[in-house]
Amino acid sequence: MRVIHFWLAHREELSRLLQQHVLLVFISTLAAVLVGIPSGVVAARRPRVGRAILVMASAAQTIPSLALLGFLLPLPLVGGVGPRTALVALAIYALLPIVRTTLTGIRNVDPAVIEAGVAMGMTPRQLLWMVQFPLALPSIIAGIRVATVIGVGTTTIAAAIGAGGLGEYIFRGLYMVDTTTILAGAIPAAALALTADGLLALLERRIRRGRTTPAGAARAAAAAAVLIAIFAAVAYARGGGDPAVTIGSKNFTEQVILGELLAQALEDEGSVRVVRKLNLGGTFICDRGVRTGELDAYVEYTGTAVSAVFHEDVPHDSRQAFERARDLYAQGGITALDPLGFNNTFAILVRSRDAAARALRTIDDLRSMQGTWTPGFGHEFLQREDGYPGLVRTYGLNFASQPRAMELALIYPALAGGQVDVIAGDATSALIDALQLTQLEDNRHYFPPYDAIPVVRTSTLLRYPAVGRALARLTGRISNSDMRAMNASVDLHHRDVQQVAREFLARLPRVGE
Amino acid sequence: MLVQFIDVTYQYQAHVPVLKHVNLAVDAGDVCALVGRSGVGKTTLLKLVNRLLLPSSGTVVVEGRNTREWDAIRLRRRSGYVFQDVGLFPHMTVEENVSIVPRLEQWTAVRARSRAYELLELLGLPPEQFAGRYPRELSGGQRQRVGLARALATDPPILLMDEPFGALDPLTRAEVRQAFADVQSRLHTTVMIVTHDISEAFALAGRIGVVDGGELLIYEAPPLVASSADPRVRAFIDAVPPRP
Repeated sequence: MRVIHFWLAHREELSRLLQQHVLLVFISTLAAVLVGIPSGVVAARRPRVGRAILVMASAAQTIPSLALLGFLLPLPLVGGVGPRTALVALAIYALLPIVRTTLTGIRNVDPAVIEAGVAMGMTPRQLLWMVQFPLALPSIIAGIRVATVIGVGTTTIAAAIGAGGLGEYIFRGLYMVDTTTILAGAIPAAALALTADGLLALLERRIRRGRTTPAGAARAAAAAAVLIAIFAAVAYARGGGDPAVTIGSKNFTEQVILGELLAQALEDEGSVRVVRKLNLGGTFICDRGVRTGELDAYVEYTGTAVSAVFHEDVPHDSRQAFERARDLYAQGGITALDPLGFNNTFAILVRSRDAAARALRTIDDLRSMQGTWTPGFGHEFLQREDGYPGLVRTYGLNFASQPRAMELALIYPALAGGQVDVIAGDATSALIDALQLTQLEDNRHYFPPYDAIPVVRTSTLLRYPAVGRALARLTGRISNSDMRAMNASVDLHHRDVQQVAREFLARLPRVGE
Repeated sequence: MLVQFIDVTYQYQAHVPVLKHVNLAVDAGDVCALVGRSGVGKTTLLKLVNRLLLPSSGTVVVEGRNTREWDAIRLRRRSGYVFQDVGLFPHMTVEENVSIVPRLEQWTAVRARSRAYELLELLGLPPEQFAGRYPRELSGGQRQRVGLARALATDPPILLMDEPFGALDPLTRAEVRQAFADVQSRLHTTVMIVTHDISEAFALAGRIGVVDGGELLIYEAPPLVASSADPRVRAFIDAVPPRP
């Protein structure tokens, strides 16, 4: 029921994502057909080449899809954020079933029939087109069917690199640990797979029964191709056109909200069209995007920028960290604007009732609890030198047991439920208020600052003065508690991101007003 | 002389020869039958005629030209071929099967169709009933008639038949054989037919060759074959059950 409400509330978005999904699958499968069938034919006629082709296609198939996307991302021509990389990866996946079934389909034609063709005076080419290929067609269609169904599933992963499609809901749901959102993407994807499978099964059966000749199948395929091409042209025309500013974001709730805030603030200026590429994987992808010009702006955090992007040690002073980030960005033609206000650093969290009962205020105070408390930390926090090991050293902590390594999403409930007693979380997590947790003050300034800063291509700022005005409106306006509240609205109360952003912006005056 | 074998030997690479020093001649309009046990090289003999195979030594001459000099595709289109297992194209209708060689020869659609209908009629398969059917919708006898019609479609000078009635039950075989005899007497096509059934050879052929162990033992008119004194030939003749 909740899922149906979700769909109704997100009608337009759903239809856009569904459309993207269909296009991604269709274009990638079509490309695989155009490459795979000729490869299969060549493979069938030249066994040695055939073996090589099969080995390559099988090897490509075994690469995990996320790894393949990650591998393609930095490559020139095929790489980059967005649908292009996804199409290449999807086409590579679709290739194997098509090549294989073309090959076996042609090889399995009854030798008596082949002999008849030869004795009748067919040239090898005529034999291929008049006999072998038509007889292999049902097998080839079966291969396309398999490729399409796999494609519908794999395409959900394309959302990780900003290609869109129903995977956006699935990823969004995973990050929010919200089953409804996951189902909102997974159910239409499954339905799409079943529909595509059913239609192709019908075609396969008709060909097997001999009711549809190869020429008929070709006509049907051509008709479908034309339809989809029109569909694609319409989608493209709607997306392309006049110059626009593209706003990106990483793939977690806070980032999507910030992206939406940037986008709406810019739309309020009214002079430029805004394209949203929100929910795009991690730091690396967004950074690449803003460097290549695929994105014009997104929100980064000072600590992340200095350490993860520029591989330098992060100054522990907020101001210094920001200035370092700004200088490093400036060298690459990117402007880091003034901080938005909140600092999404690591937060050492305890249950509020424990904090009250034992008068815990700072991380130093934790020393009084050591020997009795069990900590729980994320995998990354445990590994990083600037995570757990440094924390223990800086504060001289000594816990009762080895910290438990946990999935980030599970850490908060584990603390609230009493399985662990102290955790490292996000300072802006919606769950801090909801689960009645308290953040202990980092009085020794161990954690580097993670102040949110919009990073914008300098050329974009110069070209569109509205961008600077729009972002200045947000400067210093979003506090930690504002951010926690917005995160809670989206994550816990399942409110629409656009709505939450709009309400927040309504409270901020426009620059110059 | 339409087909002539001059001292033809055929062997696969270094194996024992399948055919040894075969000499024979087939005149235009003749029906010649080659009889022998399975696996003695009868099919190889047919394949040498339309250059599906080339002799290891010796010469095969078709229409006055050495098969080595023939363009294989041209030669094959001038010789109809009927197989024991028929080899109809399963994805084509009866009409499409029959008109396949005309289409390869780029006949007009109208001409190809009227020829197909004519042949189907001639072989006792009313076209209005059979033209649109697929091979799997036919009985064994009907299929073999379609195979025959397909082989005859461009009115080729030579018809090569490899055990054409072998897979049929006796009653059907008699029917199809009769249909074949009728058509042949009308079209005067030159026919080389391979069979393991000596009585079939006597029923159809004007000349009979007996093949055994890769050798052509005798190649004569039926009465001379019937009265041969060669014990290896006699073994075949005497195997025929006396007519009731």
